[in-house]
Amino acid sequence: MTINTDLLNKATAFIWHEADLLDHKEYQDWLSLWSKDGLYIVPTDNNETDYENTLNLALDDADMRRMRVARLESGESVSAGSVSGTVRMISRLRILEETADYIVVRCAMTLNELRHGNLVSYPADLEYRLKPSADGFVIDRKVVKLMHADGFLRTVSFIF
Amino acid sequence: MSELIELKNISQKAADMVEEGRVHKALYSDPEIFEEELDKVFQNTWIYIGHESEVPDAGSFKTAFVGRHPVILSRDRKKNLHVLLNRCRHRGATVCEGRKGKTKAFTCPYHGWGYGLDGSLRAIPKAEEYEGVLDKNDLPLDSLRHESYQGLVFATFKDDIEPLEDFLGGAKKWIDLFVKQGGGYPLKVLGEHRFNFPGNWKIQLENTTDAYHFPIIHKSFISSLDDATADIFDFLDGDGFVEDLGHGHSVMVMIPDLVDLEDDLDQPIPERFEDLAQALRDEGQDEEQVKRLVRAAHGTGFNLNLFPNVSCSMAFFRVLRPVSAEVTEIQHVALGGEGAPASFNRKRMRLHEHFQGPMGFGTPDDGEAWERVQKGSMAGKDGWILVNRGMENLHKSPDGNVAGAVCSETGMRGAYQKYKQMMAAEGEK
Ligand code: FES
Ligand SMILES: [Fe+2]
Repeated sequence: MTINTDLLNKATAFIWHEADLLDHKEYQDWLSLWSKDGLYIVPTDNNETDYENTLNLALDDADMRRMRVARLESGESVSAGSVSGTVRMISRLRILEETADYIVVRCAMTLNELRHGNLVSYPADLEYRLKPSADGFVIDRKVVKLMHADGFLRTVSFIF
Repeated sequence: MSELIELKNISQKAADMVEEGRVHKALYSDPEIFEEELDKVFQNTWIYIGHESEVPDAGSFKTAFVGRHPVILSRDRKKNLHVLLNRCRHRGATVCEGRKGKTKAFTCPYHGWGYGLDGSLRAIPKAEEYEGVLDKNDLPLDSLRHESYQGLVFATFKDDIEPLEDFLGGAKKWIDLFVKQGGGYPLKVLGEHRFNFPGNWKIQLENTTDAYHFPIIHKSFISSLDDATADIFDFLDGDGFVEDLGHGHSVMVMIPDLVDLEDDLDQPIPERFEDLAQALRDEGQDEEQVKRLVRAAHGTGFNLNLFPNVSCSMAFFRVLRPVSAEVTEIQHVALGGEGAPASFNRKRMRLHEHFQGPMGFGTPDDGEAWERVQKGSMAGKDGWILVNRGMENLHKSPDGNVAGAVCSETGMRGAYQKYKQMMAAEGEK
């Protein structure tokens, strides 16, 4: 088995960049990482593939992403104000698919959130479909498969 | 009206901690009161456990709770429903795991006892040693009495309780209105969101008929709406009302225009539903049906709170489960139409995702407020929670019930009076 480490490095750099933007609430920059029709998806059922026809925790097109960010940045959401911060670790990256138009990358994430002095952790598999662009990639799809997606979650006022 | 007196001279019984316009804060956190609630409330009335559409076929099942008791809702081969305690009659293991599914039988993983979908004990491995010891017929999974109304399934530990329809009473009319949002199709569960919050179950119960909080805590949700929709959600000064339906049930009508979804089918299509209308037209639906489905897609303009654990809230079922005095699990169950156009059900799910669930634009802020109620209620040795808003501005509804303004706390008072009555009864252990 040969691993295209060059491509893997590029994808890793991009995904780490995205992670850093999100942990540091640089949401406007995050919005610009996306393709026009890109979808941000957090399923309730990790075996599901037909996201449009099932209930998700989030299924955000460009409009919903913009509104989600607006909500977090507005100062109007008391729960968003109570999130002291998030720190996410991303590792175990693997390129699952490589075509001329896009690549599919899977990786592991553990996101830690501090809220009201309580640490909550969210282990998840992330699946990205990235399209090459002039300066690297754009996100065409990001699926956040929380390990406890079908359990009783705490409420989420940040972006995975 | 009650003065804000100290609790010193009254006994510490939960029933005495409920007055007409206020309840003592200890009701949120006292573990002994919590145990008493499980006994006197949750084991003593009809508890919602699911919707028939969640177990559509022979062999379908879903798991649920009645208070602290894990139960299974199953449909047998003759399509009859059963509510079974999820406890093997041998040494007690659960015989069914997972949220829902399909099976031919419930087989205990420990020693392999096998139960039918109706709970009957069918198979015991190596049965010889039980000869003369036990008879299979004596050991089915325990079953609970259950009844349904409009597809909502309730179960109870109290065998001699009144029929479900009597228990629902004045709420039935509102359930009938609620199910119209299937748009002419039978109401169907499309999925659910699950979350918990560190607080008492009654904080959630109160919230369902609390219009007062909406423009404040949900400001960020309202900001995400188009102007016309934001206007619809600006209902505090409108003609809405809260009506005490008896038995602890109540209804809060926020948007009177959306009480009956089969009325006023001539309304123009709102901007928020243009995409749905177009999708329906593209599928070949005629304009009448387009308008009907668009109106149904709004959901109803009211929240119906059914004491103690479920509500029919605008477009979804809210189900609560008390886990401990200070932890509550909530399900937000998304609804659509069985056999309805896919675009209709998709729109319903997208609207649900917008507000509800752990990542919605509304629920996290509710959860934050409830967490802070729980935390704040720990301050001080003594203190009361006020539910007296609108108490001096009541009227009689056309159905003869006590009703108050849309942002009154009439529904909470109704629920607490039922609670008080149940908690005052001598426990039957
Ligand atoms: S505990 Fe179920 S078979 Fe033994
Ligand atoms: Fe709310």
